[in-house]
Amino acid sequence: MKRVILLMAVLLMAVGAYAQTTVEFWHAMTGHNGEMVQVIADKFNASQKDYKVVPVYKGSYVDTMNAGIAAFRAGNPPAIIQVYEVGTATMMAAKNAIKPVYQLMAENNMKWDPNMYIPTIKSYYSTSDGRMLSMPFNSSTAVMYYNKDAFRKAGLDPEKPPVTWPEFFEVAKKLKASGMEGGFTTNWISWIQLENFSAWHNLPFGTRSNGFDGLDTQLVFNSPIHVRHFQNMYDLSKTGVFIYGGRENKANPLFTSGRVGLHFESIGGYGNMKANCKFEFGVARLPYYPDVPGAPQNSIIGGASLWVFNGRPQAEYKGVAEFFNFISQPEIQSLWHKETGYLPITNAAYELTKSEGYYKTNPGLEVAIKQLLNKAPTANSMGIRFGNFQIIREIEDQVWEDILAGKISVKDGLDKMVRDGNKTLREFEKLYK
Amino acid sequence: MSKQYEFKAPILPYILVLPQMVIVFIFFFWPAAQAILQSFYLQDPFGGRMIFVGFQNYSRLLADPDYWQSFTVSTAFAVCITVGAMTISLFLAIQANKKIRFASFYKTMLIWPYAVSTLVAGAIWLFMFNPNVGVIAYMLKHTFHVDWQYLLNFNQAFLLLTLAATWKQLAYNFVFFLAGLQSVPATLIEAAEIDGASPSTRFWKIIFPMLSPTTFYLLVMNLVYGFFETFPIIHQITQGAPGKSTGILVYKVWRDGVINLDLGSSAAQSVILMIMVILLTVFQFRFIERRVTY
Amino acid sequence: MAELTHNSNKAAHRAKLIRRTFPHIMLWIGIAIIVFPIYFIFSASSHTSAEILAAPMPLNIGPHLIENYRQALFEGTKNMGTPVLTMMKNSLIMALGISIGKIVVSLMAAFAIVYFKFPLRNFCFWTIFITLMLPVEVRIMPTYKVISDLGMLNTYAGLILPMIVSATAVFLFRQFFMSIPREIAEASQIDGATPMEFFSHILVPMTRTPVAAMFVIQFIYGWNQYLWPLLITTKPEFYTLLIGINRMMSGADVQIEWQIAMATTLLAMLPPVLVVVIMQKQFIAGMTETEK
Repeated sequence: MKRVILLMAVLLMAVGAYAQTTVEFWHAMTGHNGEMVQVIADKFNASQKDYKVVPVYKGSYVDTMNAGIAAFRAGNPPAIIQVYEVGTATMMAAKNAIKPVYQLMAENNMKWDPNMYIPTIKSYYSTSDGRMLSMPFNSSTAVMYYNKDAFRKAGLDPEKPPVTWPEFFEVAKKLKASGMEGGFTTNWISWIQLENFSAWHNLPFGTRSNGFDGLDTQLVFNSPIHVRHFQNMYDLSKTGVFIYGGRENKANPLFTSGRVGLHFESIGGYGNMKANCKFEFGVARLPYYPDVPGAPQNSIIGGASLWVFNGRPQAEYKGVAEFFNFISQPEIQSLWHKETGYLPITNAAYELTKSEGYYKTNPGLEVAIKQLLNKAPTANSMGIRFGNFQIIREIEDQVWEDILAGKISVKDGLDKMVRDGNKTLREFEKLYK
Repeated sequence: MSKQYEFKAPILPYILVLPQMVIVFIFFFWPAAQAILQSFYLQDPFGGRMIFVGFQNYSRLLADPDYWQSFTVSTAFAVCITVGAMTISLFLAIQANKKIRFASFYKTMLIWPYAVSTLVAGAIWLFMFNPNVGVIAYMLKHTFHVDWQYLLNFNQAFLLLTLAATWKQLAYNFVFFLAGLQSVPATLIEAAEIDGASPSTRFWKIIFPMLSPTTFYLLVMNLVYGFFETFPIIHQITQGAPGKSTGILVYKVWRDGVINLDLGSSAAQSVILMIMVILLTVFQFRFIERRVTY
Repeated sequence: MAELTHNSNKAAHRAKLIRRTFPHIMLWIGIAIIVFPIYFIFSASSHTSAEILAAPMPLNIGPHLIENYRQALFEGTKNMGTPVLTMMKNSLIMALGISIGKIVVSLMAAFAIVYFKFPLRNFCFWTIFITLMLPVEVRIMPTYKVISDLGMLNTYAGLILPMIVSATAVFLFRQFFMSIPREIAEASQIDGATPMEFFSHILVPMTRTPVAAMFVIQFIYGWNQYLWPLLITTKPEFYTLLIGINRMMSGADVQIEWQIAMATTLLAMLPPVLVVVIMQKQFIAGMTETEK
């Protein structure tokens, strides 16, 4: 008898499962972050009976995007795909392939207020007139990490990290003089030292509101202030105060092994730092040049957002909309924020986390949020929107290495980045006009 | 073309050759045709827009000094690997082919790395020489005071890549040279030895000519390896840095196609590479055919 | 005079000694060059990640050897979570699929081309041989598109079939078949054997050694494929070992577990090395027989 009941229960569950609409969600999150994606999907699935979100890990950001493109071309895309910030313009331009989030929400009559999101995060994924195209998911921003033990050893106050670039360079020199191999290094030369640098100083990175207002945009990050900043870094590389650690986030070991005392990296790398640094470290805001009017402005984000593909059955879109609303709730965002180190995407989630006293024990994370919220974003600090942006970043990486190797002067190097980057932009414009 | 006995059967040969033909058509000719077609278009990755641009993808490549630079580096890289790996392997194979004690132990020790993949070679050498974590890099810096920073120094990067790729290729060449040496009749060498020919005379006058088919085969295979199959080493160690100075042609195809989603250019590059390899094949084939038929 | 002879004896003795030991010294140097880097990663696989990153990493064998290999084999890194055992299965399926598939297909094609006269023979011959040396790397992007159009991403067929294209094996077997005395085929024809009987009872058994050599070559080739699986496998359950190594050593915002990556690297070398060492004799013999 027991068995019969069990069997019936199983059958009922199977029928229940059959009536559910499945929503596929392709993502690129590994390790603990990947587990958290599953946790959030499970919570959503438990909260209602109509939809089942199924997260599928698809490899790196590049792999995931390629898999999505291939699947779309083969006529069977997932409903939701996570795309890194560099792919934003490519997704946006593919109008036949995507369903904008604002449209998704309207079509499904959802109660949804885009103003609940943190302005700098919302603006990054919206058109310039404020219509949100993709759903913010894992957002981070660039911050400065510093070695407090090394500060003490060099006779510096570990609670007073440098605030401006001139101070920063002095501190870096002192750290090297105190016996460290070098003073500072940096990850992500384009994202941190050009894109965030421009926003933080309220300088345009490109024309047409950094590409938000049209495809006919030009890169302009070869201004005298940019040149001055790169000249400073280059000069210090000659004396070994700045040590180059490689592209992307390859410079991390230089900092975690205690060979340099200052480092620039995403706040998303906070957990990695905690796991690998055998010394006390602190997180501080990005430095700025005090003579630049308006600086510091606000930093911009990196990370990835969720895009919705066209071509799925209508029922799935209702589920996607429900899911997006679900993950925007303060409790979910706060959980995601605390577990992964990525930023909370709504103001409410930030307030909730603060009220729990979380930042008393993790002040580093709040530094990043405050830096994003520092001022209301301007045309120069909403974000970056350029086609073929992966190629542009690659050009910047390559030329930066040529500058450091002494093959090209700083000024000529930045001019070359802009010139070659603009060529790439014109091709993108030609294709999508 | 062949002097072998020939069976008579109308259908059977077609059935026999069918699987290979199907595979070649689906996985070579069809993709090749696609590549040729794509190389004339500017295309968005989602397939929404295709703009016919004629030969623009090609002309832009050929007018791009970076493409020629990549070509030069690929060639230099292939030549250095070929010369280095073939010389060392031949030398070791001659030593191991002597009638000495432990010869079979030596042979095994030098043959097994044939199994090591290019990717693993890249991973190992990266791990030793990475300026941020590598032990050898550390020694170079602190014990020998070399300013080791291959990410910014082309010569160092090139040297490191060449060493890694050569290291990987040693066992492959060793196997073929050893096989070649073993087919040189020992009596021939002994006769020369009795005649009082010096070791170097024996090598250049007897062994080397006998080895020439093997050497030629290896020459082509090493060039192909250096030119095309070293992708994993570049991918692991430099990713084209410093600048794009070590981005060999194959790396560029992958980079432009997969990461940068510049499909037209990537297709044009594939077509150029295919033509290069086919020319090399025909060249090699003519040579072997002549040798076999006489 | 006696002194002189003694001296020249001594010199001759020394020369002989040098001549005797020279090959040994050179071979040991060669072995050292090849083995040292491998020892290196073995050492790394016995430490913790923090020890490896401390620079300079210790060069002894650390106390975490067993623990690291256990984690690699059964759990994988935290980042990726695919254990080595799963990936080893995939690598094996791919390597065996490629080597066996290629040998079977190539034996048949070579048999047809050498032993039959048929109208399209020349066409088939050139169609196949144009791909003789074409590295996968060269045709990788277009092939990817075809496989994706055929819906063969993340399948074993997609992993294996495109790797069977190149004509090296057909070429090798063709060379071998042409060196077989034509009387053998004639005799079997006179005995009333059908061509297929000749093929399976006489020709294939005769081809044992080249087949063994080809198996070694293709197994290694298949096992060491990297770029292709990197493109077409996006599901962890289809990752091969080499893809796993790459995935373990990359990833944004995550901690790289170097010790596990290194243990995996060593484990990834084991099966192909075993194949080479066990089949070494046939391997070299096969090369000598066909490379005349």
